[in-house]
Amino acid sequence: MAKADSLQGSMDLLVLKILSRRPGLHGYAIMTAIQDISGEVLRVEEGSLYPALHRMEEAGWIRAEWVTKDTGRRARLYEVTAAGKRQLGMEESRWQAVTLAVNRVLREA
Amino acid sequence: MSLWTRLANVFCGERLNREIDEELEAHIAEAIAQGRDPVEARRAFGSTMRHREGSRDARLLTWLDSLRADFVFGWRQLRKAKVTSAAAILSLALGIGSCTAAFRLIDALLMRPLPVANAERLHVIAFESTGPLGKERYDSCSYPMFRQMREDVKGQAELIAVSYADRLDLTYGTDAQMEKGYVQFVSGWMFDTFGIRPAVGRLLSAEDDAEPGAHPYAVLSHDYWKQRFGSAPNVVGKSLRIGQTIYQIIGVTEGPFTGTETGTMTGIFLPMAMKNPQTLASWNNFWLRTFIQLKPGVVVKPVEERLRATFHAIQLERAKTLVSLTPQQMAHFFEESLFVDDAAAGRSNLQRDYKRALGVLAALVGLVLLIVCANVANLMTAQAGARSREMALRVSIGAGRWRLVQLVLAESALRAIMGGIAGGVFAWWAAPFVVGMINPPNDPARLVLPGDWRVFAFAAVLSLVVTALFGAAPALGASSVRPAAALKGGENPHRKGWLTHGLVAVQVAFCFLVLFVAGLFVTTFDRLTHQATGFSSERIVNLETLTQQAQPSVNWDQVAEHLRELPGVQSVAMTGWPMMSGESWTEDIVVNGAAPGDVVSDFLAVSPGWFEEMKVPVLDGREFRREENYPNAAIVNQAFANEFFHGENPVGKSFETSGPKNVRVRVSIVGYVKDARSRDNFRFPVRATAYVPFSSVDGAGAPQPRGRGTFVVRTSEENLQALAPVLREEVSKARPEFYVSNIRTQAEIIRGRTFRERLLAMLGMFFSGVAIALGGIGLYGVLHYSVVQRRKEIGIRLAVGAQPGRIAQLVTANVFLMVAVGAIFGLVLGVAASRILVSLLFEVKATDWRMMAAPWTILLVTALVAAIVPVMRAVRIDPVEMLRAE
Repeated sequence: MAKADSLQGSMDLLVLKILSRRPGLHGYAIMTAIQDISGEVLRVEEGSLYPALHRMEEAGWIRAEWVTKDTGRRARLYEVTAAGKRQLGMEESRWQAVTLAVNRVLREA
Repeated sequence: MSLWTRLANVFCGERLNREIDEELEAHIAEAIAQGRDPVEARRAFGSTMRHREGSRDARLLTWLDSLRADFVFGWRQLRKAKVTSAAAILSLALGIGSCTAAFRLIDALLMRPLPVANAERLHVIAFESTGPLGKERYDSCSYPMFRQMREDVKGQAELIAVSYADRLDLTYGTDAQMEKGYVQFVSGWMFDTFGIRPAVGRLLSAEDDAEPGAHPYAVLSHDYWKQRFGSAPNVVGKSLRIGQTIYQIIGVTEGPFTGTETGTMTGIFLPMAMKNPQTLASWNNFWLRTFIQLKPGVVVKPVEERLRATFHAIQLERAKTLVSLTPQQMAHFFEESLFVDDAAAGRSNLQRDYKRALGVLAALVGLVLLIVCANVANLMTAQAGARSREMALRVSIGAGRWRLVQLVLAESALRAIMGGIAGGVFAWWAAPFVVGMINPPNDPARLVLPGDWRVFAFAAVLSLVVTALFGAAPALGASSVRPAAALKGGENPHRKGWLTHGLVAVQVAFCFLVLFVAGLFVTTFDRLTHQATGFSSERIVNLETLTQQAQPSVNWDQVAEHLRELPGVQSVAMTGWPMMSGESWTEDIVVNGAAPGDVVSDFLAVSPGWFEEMKVPVLDGREFRREENYPNAAIVNQAFANEFFHGENPVGKSFETSGPKNVRVRVSIVGYVKDARSRDNFRFPVRATAYVPFSSVDGAGAPQPRGRGTFVVRTSEENLQALAPVLREEVSKARPEFYVSNIRTQAEIIRGRTFRERLLAMLGMFFSGVAIALGGIGLYGVLHYSVVQRRKEIGIRLAVGAQPGRIAQLVTANVFLMVAVGAIFGLVLGVAASRILVSLLFEVKATDWRMMAAPWTILLVTALVAAIVPVMRAVRIDPVEMLRAE
């Protein structure tokens, strides 16, 4: 079982991608989304999601907002910024390039 | 998130923590809401603390946050050692405060540009001549000279004539309402050239200065307007009388401009053309300064060259009229050369007189600050020694060296900042205090001493430098701590010895220097004040008196007679001016028809009874008689007899001199008296003086009236201050034309001659006290910590039978060696420095062994006193207890 944060840099990619499709998720929802979509293959180490979110927020790729939900609990919802979208494009193409290269090595080695 | 929020987050750490915690908690709550087991959810989440740290770092400026933490920690450290911290901060405050105060003075007097447009282009003409003391600079010009020079550099520069600021008697109402005010005659175009605008009315213009005597207008400075008239706008149109001339006030300047004479605030500006016509026309009457405002882009050199040529031409012309000069005087006359000096900060005699004194003061306070730094550095190094375990622990759990340096530096900076703030308060008080001591209390020097960015920047930079100076050593010491050794408790106690001992030597050297220089100043002041004046100033009050119109001498006698009858008055005599008041009158002396020599004699008019009243012993002959008039009789002093009669008794002989209206007269000598000091400079021997009768007649024998003179009153009461107003009133009561312009006791006048020396002596004493206290504390600290550090060794030595004397020697030997080394260095520095001080000293030599012995003795006693407690503590160490504690 691979941990997301052991995949160098792929955490940012996953978070940005999910938030770009479904804006306004809180941390827990982002985590479950990664797990569900990857078919339970990728698991995020729960606590370390937050420093990553805050780092990305600091970099200006995502922004957060406190909302009070119907249940009365407050939650911090995230969405991608314009800079985050650009970053996502870059990360995606980098990911493509890397997987292509890795696949080629696996195929031709 | 912007830099700003990250910055803000540093100082809202708690809120940030809460926010992060809330989000993390929300996560777990969400997990539980999704149906996960609470315990499992928490376990899966991991350490909240660690995640919080991770998030925190992302959301604020880490370096700033650690700095903040260091300051908070430093503050706790300071509070933990309250006494040492207070001592350190207080001494830093004194050091930084004194330096800032000295800076404020130097800045205000010598550096701060005048509040005029383009002050950086402002210069002044100065001349260098050869006088009795070698090369001397003076900066006065005559009016025709000024006009000639202005004409010659037109196009390159504008020249402005400004008279010396004079404290004059003037009135806005009746004669009974006379008051004092600083008055300057200035070129009409000065305000325009300086870019100064009127606050009310209008200012002087070039037209007001075009025709002699035609425009009796006055302009007030803003400062004077505020103080004298409470900024009343209806002042324009008011008139004031100075001497016989009535001036009309036409306006008030705007802004802080108070003339060009730094240290004096001029209140009233008059046009040059209103000066009396003879003075304006005279080539030989030097009464004004010439300022040069260069046109944009013009450099000084060519203007200076041009003015030199003009000056040379003027000198050639003047030489033709100066027929009475000797060849040597003529040679000196032609050697005079012109300079164009920078005058952005204005130009005043106060600057000239105090430049060097302030420089010395700055050096003294600088030394004290260095002593403070050495002291605090030593204190902190010693503390760092005690904290080496803490530092070692920090290193072992992964703190970087740089973090430790930052930690210690933050603590130092905290000390310096607090010292700086307290120092600022000290400087706030100290600078005006020193200015207040420069001149007599009734006529203080007035310097603008703003606490603006210049002063603030200086204090801030100084605090930073100080932090670096005293904080660097302990910081590096902390960062080089070796955890293994320190945690075992076995750090080599001698390791940092060289540093502390070096600092002790430096401290002692500076201490010695401060004491030595202060000793020179104190001795100078002592010699000056104990110099014999040759007369008695006890209970003498001088009433410097003016009359509306010149009065015949019978009227003067009448007033003197009236004063004599007052209770509390012992005797009254009259003189031209008080002894040592700074005024003088000289004439050439010819004996037996010889050619006039280089040496002139001072003249002083005195009434009958003056010698008896002043207790100047009459060696031969007699005092003046009532019927004697100037220029028929004279009484001469010993210096006169030595100069012109080879030291023989001159009574019965006579000399020739210039009498009234420059007619040659023969004067017979009727008395011979001991030397008494009439000039104001203590540094020169008493000059040849001819006393002449107070009442005078002209060539035809007709009595000459007199418009000013001084009643010298010897009172029978000690309390002269109480009697002064009574005497002032009684003079006008005796004759209404008489008006007392100034009342000064003789003692006050004499004290006024040594203000600078008194200031230097007082400040020298003060800083010596500070230096000695700091030096003593420093020595004590070093000895104390060396005993603490070596207590194991001392314990063992005592256990194996060492004598207490041996222990005392062991503890103190190094430190006393350092004291000796420091003192020798201090002596070398002192003798070298004293060359710069020569002009401030009087009858004292730096190489005098007594001047050296005093600081030595004081230092030695201080060192011994400082050593007593640590040595006692060392010999009282109980070896058994000591070794058991380990």
